[in-house]
Parts: sequence; structure tokens; C-alpha cells
Amino acid sequence: MFMGYSLGELGSIFAMQAFAGLILFSVFVLMALGLAIIFGQMGVINMAHGEFMILGAYMTYMTSHIFQTYIPGAYPVYFFVAMAVAFIVSGAAGLATEWLLIRHLYARPLDTLLATWGLSLIMQQAFRSIFGAREVGVELPQWMMGALPVTDVIEVQINGLFVMGLTLIITGAVALLLYRSRWGLQVRAVVANRTMSGAAGIDTRRVDRLTFGLGCGIAGIAGSAFTMIGSTGPTAGQLYIVDTFLVVVFGGAQSLLGTIFSAFTISQSQSTLEFFLTGSMAKVLTLLLVIGLLMLRPQGLFVLKVRR
Amino acid sequence: MWNPTNKKLDLELVGFALIALLILVVLPLSVDAFRLNLVGKYLTYAFVAVGLVLCWGYTGILSLGQGVFFGLGGYCMAMFLKLEASSVANTKIQSTPGIPDFMDWNQLTELPFFWVPFKSLPFALFAVIAVPAIAAFILSFAMFKRRVGGVYFAIITQAVAAVLTILIIGRQGYTGGINGITDLRTLLGWDIRTDGAKYILYFVCCVLLLGSMFLARFVLSSKLGRLLVAIRDKEDRVRFSGYSVGDFKIFIFCLASAIAAVGGAMFSLQVGFMSPSFVGIVPSIEMVIFCAVGGRHSLVGAVIGTLIVNWAKTSFSETFPELWLFAMGGLFIAVVLAFPRGLAGLFTDQILPLIKRVGMRTGALPKPAPAE
Repeated sequence: MFMGYSLGELGSIFAMQAFAGLILFSVFVLMALGLAIIFGQMGVINMAHGEFMILGAYMTYMTSHIFQTYIPGAYPVYFFVAMAVAFIVSGAAGLATEWLLIRHLYARPLDTLLATWGLSLIMQQAFRSIFGAREVGVELPQWMMGALPVTDVIEVQINGLFVMGLTLIITGAVALLLYRSRWGLQVRAVVANRTMSGAAGIDTRRVDRLTFGLGCGIAGIAGSAFTMIGSTGPTAGQLYIVDTFLVVVFGGAQSLLGTIFSAFTISQSQSTLEFFLTGSMAKVLTLLLVIGLLMLRPQGLFVLKVRR
Repeated sequence: MWNPTNKKLDLELVGFALIALLILVVLPLSVDAFRLNLVGKYLTYAFVAVGLVLCWGYTGILSLGQGVFFGLGGYCMAMFLKLEASSVANTKIQSTPGIPDFMDWNQLTELPFFWVPFKSLPFALFAVIAVPAIAAFILSFAMFKRRVGGVYFAIITQAVAAVLTILIIGRQGYTGGINGITDLRTLLGWDIRTDGAKYILYFVCCVLLLGSMFLARFVLSSKLGRLLVAIRDKEDRVRFSGYSVGDFKIFIFCLASAIAAVGGAMFSLQVGFMSPSFVGIVPSIEMVIFCAVGGRHSLVGAVIGTLIVNWAKTSFSETFPELWLFAMGGLFIAVVLAFPRGLAGLFTDQILPLIKRVGMRTGALPKPAPAE
């Protein structure tokens, strides 16, 4: 498969594909972060996670419209406002979901899977009824368009760079929250031993709710970032959800590092393979690879060693 | 939860008899040929639901990829029918006569090697069961021997469903792509598209479904069935008692998949095509909800649930296509939150005590009864 390319060309191809893979990686990390902290904390797989992301994307779309119509002067910075709106709306929706739905089902993790799938169907149809079945895109502000030339054959898109930077910041913030805040301490305690944390006076129910809200809020930010590199439709969340599940499961549920590492592996192998094979075969091979590796390490790459 | 007293088992038999009465006598007499064919299509999904009762309801293995096995069974049957429909005489306008039309469109000039054995009906019928069962065996062996279970297994089956769909759509020269295998005409020269043939196929489907239900009942009421419930409720304790939990889970998963595959094959025969839209994530999880609505612990309930949900889906999406997704989503949530044991659970918990109080004899129950 390397026939017909010179060494220099191959290097550039790999660099370009690696960059495309890095953008995919950023989207995976942003989506998987929320899912991973929810799964790690409560053992709940949120099938509606993709829809919370799309909710964030639609919020960004609406904010960009409002800025365009009423305050066009501030358009270059609309994205930061949009991100905050997306976080708050998706997070609030997440809190409501936890209160109405999830908290009744903690004892039955498989049933949460079905119930959140039902929720995702409802959300998809709601998006379709409100925003229409057609895909919508936002207009990027001027400074985010274009590409930076690195060498004469390699160039990188600015919006891609922006999404990567954003991923870095969000990941850092989550890590900081998890390892340096009181909430993070409580989360880690509950993950390690729920019963003992309850006995030690931690309100586990409250920690659960906050975690779920935060996870959904991060999904909202992911959706917001998603509008930078693609268009949004009512069912766009479904496209990424299986990959995201695999990222979380592959990485090991309770490990932030594992999530990042597995997102990196999956996105890089997919985008590199995509160049040499067709897109669908690349995806098939990547998924099969992950399933195969999961057989070797059933609990994921990075396992938290706790006694249960 | 499992209490196989004789009286309860009798109730299940009464339910079986009522289902047999409904699908073999009442429906064929009361609906026209088109609607009956539709019911036949729903009944093919009921095979999957019966399989899910075995592996999900009784053993606690939630598979979100049963569409894979339904689809594999259906594709095996459809490949045979397609080869028969693309005889040299029927396809002489193609650049390569004698191969299926979609292969010709994709510039294939000879039959791929894995299609060749499907020229024989005995092999195709064997493959309908064997291919999905082997696939299920490989998957479940790899997972259950490594003690992957619960949510992890559900996610992986879902990924498998995604992989197979992408593969079928991506390799359209070999599989017919997104349109699937269409335009199936005859079975050994017998035209399956006529109303008469559809009647006969409907009854074949009913008999096979009832057969699968009796097989499932046989498994569940045996000692093995009790062990499966034990695995569902306390897997570790069963393992510590010296049983090889993985082997039992592999067996029941393969059985459930084989039953689903029979449904897929009947689907190809009755509906006349097979496509990736019955393989992927969405149809697979819909099949789980059929089972959940009817009652995951009840063979009778699963069949009734499948019929009701599909009937509602057809009539809803004819009149209010927008509302259907809301209704479906609501159904998922309501069943899981309020009635985890489905219609059958509702029947045993609410209606049965009521009937008993009124003083009717349990032998003359008017409605189907659940397994528990």
C-alpha cells in the first residue's frame, strides 16, 4: 500500500492524516470525557449522550444567529458566549434527566441503557420538530477561517487548531476539578467505595447528580466545538456515539488518562487507515481491533485497582 | 423469582395455546392477505424476542446486537433465493449473465467464492442456523471466557452491529450494499410472491415460532433453566459452586442467536428482500423493546409485545409519523421505569389476583399468561 509514494510524500501524508486524526481525537476526547466520568462514577451508560452534544450544537447555532442579527459587531467572540450557553443548557438538561429518570434506576444499569435510549429518540424527534430535519451550520468568524502553512505541502486549519486548544483546556479543567477540588475528592471516594463514602458522610446522591450534570454539560461544549468543524443535524449524535462508547470502555471506565489514551489510539488508527483503505473499511478495522484488544484486557487499558 | 410449580407452568401452556389460536386461526380468518403478510413479518421479529427472553430475561445478558444474527440468517436465505432468481436465463441482458444484478452493476465478473455454496438449498438452510450460531459462538466465547459482561457486553454487541452494517454497505459488490438483496422470486421454482405462497409461508413461520417457543420453554423448565436464573441473580455464587458460568452463557447466547436467525430467514422468504436496515444498531435495540414491552421473563409476553408494538408502529407511522418517535421513546422510558416486567408482569401482578378474587378457576383464563 506504500507503492507509488516517495519518502517525502509519505511523510507529508502521515503528517496530514495525523493532523486530521488529532481533530477527530479532540472530538472523541470532548465527547468521551463526559461519558467517562458518568460511567466511572455511577456505572451508567448514557445512550442519550450524543443528543446532549447535539443540544449544545443547536444552542451554539442559535447564539450565532442572535449575535448575527442583533450585535454583529461582537460576532468574532460569539463562540465563547455560545459555549457557556451550551454548557449551561446541556448541564441543566442533564440534571433534570438525572432527577427524573436516572436516579430511579441506579440498581439496574442495563435498564438505564434502555431508558436513556428512549430519551435519545425523544430528543432527536424534538430537534427535528424544532430545528427541522435539514443539517444546519454556523458561520465561522473571520479569524477562525483559513489555514496556516507549515511547509509547502503541509498546512493546518485554524478551526482545527482552535478545537484542539479547547480540548486541552477542557481536559485540564476536568482533571483539575477531579484531582484538586472537594467535589473531585468526593467523586473519587464514591468511585472507590460507594458504601464507605456514604458512611463517611458524603452525600452520594448529590455527587451523582452533579457528576451527571457536569458530564452532560461537557457534552454540550463538545457539541459547541463540533459546529466549528461540521454541520449539525438531528441525528448527528448517533454517528459518533458508538465510537465514543468504545473509547470509554477501551480506556477503562474510571481513568481519565485511559480515556485520553484510547481516544488517541482509536482516532489515529482510523484516520491513518482511512488514507490507504476506504473510509468504511478503516472504521471496520478499527472497531474490530478495539474489540479484539478488549478481549485481552476486559476492563480496559487503565484499570483502577480497588477492592470491591 | 423462579418458582416452577405445576400450576404456573400450566398457565404458560394456556398462553401458548392462545397464541397458537390467535396466529393460526383468528388472524388468517379475519385479515386480508396483505395484512396477514404484515403480521407474518412481525412474527419474524418475535423469534428475536423469544431469543432475548432466553438470554436477557433469564440469563441477564443484554445483547444490543441481535439484529446481527437476524440479519445473518436472513442474508443466508436471501443469498440462495437471489442466486436462483439470477439464473442465466433471467439475467442474459447483463454483461456477465448468471450472477446477481448488483454484482454486475459493480463490475464483478464472477461469483465470489463465499456465494458459490449457496447454490444448494440444503447448504443454505444449514447456513441459516450455522453462520449466526458460529458468529455468536466466537463473540460470546471471546467475551464470556474473559468474564466480560453486563454493560460492557451490551456495548460490544452494539459495536458488532455497527461493524456488520458498515461492512455490508461498504462492500456493495458482494452484499448488495444499502439496498440489500432485493427481487427474490422463487424457491426451487415455487413462486414465493403469490398470495397463495405467502399464506403457506405464513403458516410455516407460525409453526416454526411455536416450535422455538416450545424449545425455549423446554430449556427454561429444565435444570439448565434454573441455573441460568441463578447466573442472572448471583453469577459469582454459581461460579463458586463449581459451575462453568461462561459455558452456560455461551450456550444460551448461541441458542438465542440461532432462534433469531430462523426469524431472519423467514423474513427474507415472506417479505422478499433483506437489507442492512434490519442489521444495525437501531433495529437491534428496537427488538429489545419488543421483548421488554411484552415482558422479558415471559415467552408468551415477548410474542404478544412484538405484535402489539409493531402493530402500533405501523398504524402510528401511517397517520402521525412525527409522533411515533416520541411514542417509542416514551414507551422505552415507561416500560423501564414503571413496568420492568412488561405486559406479562402487569398480568401476573394485577389482573391475575383480580381474577382469582372474582373466583374464576385458573384453568379457564381469558388472556395469555406469563412464564413465571
